[in-house]
Amino acid sequence: MKKIISVTLLIALTMTLISGCGGSANANEIRIGINYELSGEVASYGQASVEGIELAIEEINAAGGIDGKEIKAIKYDNKSDKSQATTLATKLMTQDKVVAVLGPATSGAFKATIPEAIKNKVVVASGSATADDVTVDASGVKEYAFRICFTDSYQGTAMANYALNNMSATKAAVIMDNSSDYAKGLAANFTQTFEAGGGTVVATEAFVAGDTDFNAILTKIKGQDFDVIFLPGYYEEAGLIIRQARDQGIDTPILGADGFGAPELVELAGADALNDVFFSSHFSSLDKDPSVIDFIENFKAKYGKEPDQFAALGYDLVYFIADGIKRAGNTDTVAIKDALAATKDFAGITGSFSMDENHNPVKAVVVVGIENGVHATSERVAQ
Amino acid sequence: MEQLFQQIINGISLGSIYALIALGYTMVYGIIKLINFAHSDIYMLGAFIGYFSMTTLKLGFIPSLFLSMLFCTIIGVVIEKVAYKPLRNATRIAVLITAIGVSLFIEYTTMAIAGAGVRAYPQMTGFLTGAYRLGSVNITVHQIVIVSITIILMVSLQFIVKKTRIGKAMRAVSLDRDAAELMGINVDTTISFTFALGSALAGAAGILVGLYYNSINPLMGMLPGIKAFVAAVFGGIGIIPGAMIGGYFIGIVEVLVSGYSNSLYRDGVVFAILILVLIIKPTGLLGKNSREKV
Repeated sequence: MKKIISVTLLIALTMTLISGCGGSANANEIRIGINYELSGEVASYGQASVEGIELAIEEINAAGGIDGKEIKAIKYDNKSDKSQATTLATKLMTQDKVVAVLGPATSGAFKATIPEAIKNKVVVASGSATADDVTVDASGVKEYAFRICFTDSYQGTAMANYALNNMSATKAAVIMDNSSDYAKGLAANFTQTFEAGGGTVVATEAFVAGDTDFNAILTKIKGQDFDVIFLPGYYEEAGLIIRQARDQGIDTPILGADGFGAPELVELAGADALNDVFFSSHFSSLDKDPSVIDFIENFKAKYGKEPDQFAALGYDLVYFIADGIKRAGNTDTVAIKDALAATKDFAGITGSFSMDENHNPVKAVVVVGIENGVHATSERVAQ
Repeated sequence: MEQLFQQIINGISLGSIYALIALGYTMVYGIIKLINFAHSDIYMLGAFIGYFSMTTLKLGFIPSLFLSMLFCTIIGVVIEKVAYKPLRNATRIAVLITAIGVSLFIEYTTMAIAGAGVRAYPQMTGFLTGAYRLGSVNITVHQIVIVSITIILMVSLQFIVKKTRIGKAMRAVSLDRDAAELMGINVDTTISFTFALGSALAGAAGILVGLYYNSINPLMGMLPGIKAFVAAVFGGIGIIPGAMIGGYFIGIVEVLVSGYSNSLYRDGVVFAILILVLIIKPTGLLGKNSREKV
């Protein structure tokens, strides 16, 4: 009998201890989970995002936290692995009792954590999951998932508007990568918006990833009359296409999406071919907005390097969540979800945005212009 | 009309590459009846050697061309000695599977050393960057260099095969190996020499492709290798002029399909042609029907 009592006591004690160290013991802090790719194949995305996130948390805490409560970040490395990301999301939600989980950075891993978010009624938010179907699919919007980056295909719409309004283009040629959903979505949205705005797409040519000779399709479109070329695809082929187009004497402006945003584009195309090339981006360090200048300065002071778009999105993500918690007025996770969904005109360094009904931000795209292989101009293009 | 002319120029430069690779396939097939699948990887190695010679060793284009041809020659001979010679009397299927193994070995060894990513070739300077315009037809110096180097190499090859002692030995071995051996021809040396010649041409093709397209990767040999094989079969496998004609034909067909129809049908049309050739003239364009002796 004595033994049973002591065992029961022991169990009770252990349970108190577990819940004690796991629960929100300190009422003066707000726990936020960080679930990012700090190692593995996409570690560079995760590390850059977390640098931005930690800078933002530091700034918020230095300014007195959220309503006097300090943000406490609990950081885990999901090793660029989807199942690890899901496990860590569950752990953050059930054991660490966080009020929101940030990350992962890539669409696939982020999507894997969404069922856990819905089950535990805790928000997951990503700064860089750009695939079209992340927050919404055929069965409707995923209530507890948010992102603050525009979607892949939205860039097609934005670049069509840029061509129509900023470049006064009326005729466009589209050269698309037919082997990726990314490029096909971009091409479809571009064509739709461009034609709805009064423009004509005079030619649509296709290639597949891995091709190296584009002279035939370029010669074919060369005989046509157009003002711009829209080239949705990744830098591996885009670099070669730009170079071969310029070699053939096609000197019309070339537009692309964030697949152009890699330094390898310059190596593949050659600096002398990279003129009059414009691509959409989440963030540009050339942006002259005062908040961006401050961010770049603080980032350089803390890390000693220029921030990239992942760092900028991570930085905005923290402010976005903090803003939601503030407006919710408490740390109830359902209230935070509702507040985030109702976000209006949030001013971030990657542009100000409001959340639409699908939990995607409605925001401006940054269009970066390349001259002589160097990012020379940047412009925000509203929807 | 001008567009057609431009497309044909594009097709000839592309076809030159196929022809250079196809020559290696066809020579090796002619002499030991082996489809050397590793051949397209020697072409890839040629591109990588050219890359390292231009970036790490800082050599110019012409020295790099010779260096990569030399290196590929050595690799080709080593592959023959290590992988194929021990199987000289084995079944043909065993040698064929060895060839596939060698091909995968080269591809993934290169990937382990140089990484799987795409590399950009160093920027050319001087006369190599120019372009000429005739009306609206545009010819780049790259295209002129590719076509002229290909023609020089083909003429030298034709000279070696037709006019030299070792060329005579090659023709003899390809006609009848046993009879050639009885006549005192060293069959092993002749086979090694054939591999050396073919590999040198593939190495040249590799560096020319790097120069022309500016982009190389460890798996770059796969599709051009298969197309060059189609070119060799089209012209009649084992027949050297056939490989040249086949290479240029495939190059021009590809470009015309991309230019006047849908560019996505390009590869489909190339392989449809292969099937038609095999049905109508199984020995290829220049192939002779040799009756099976009983």
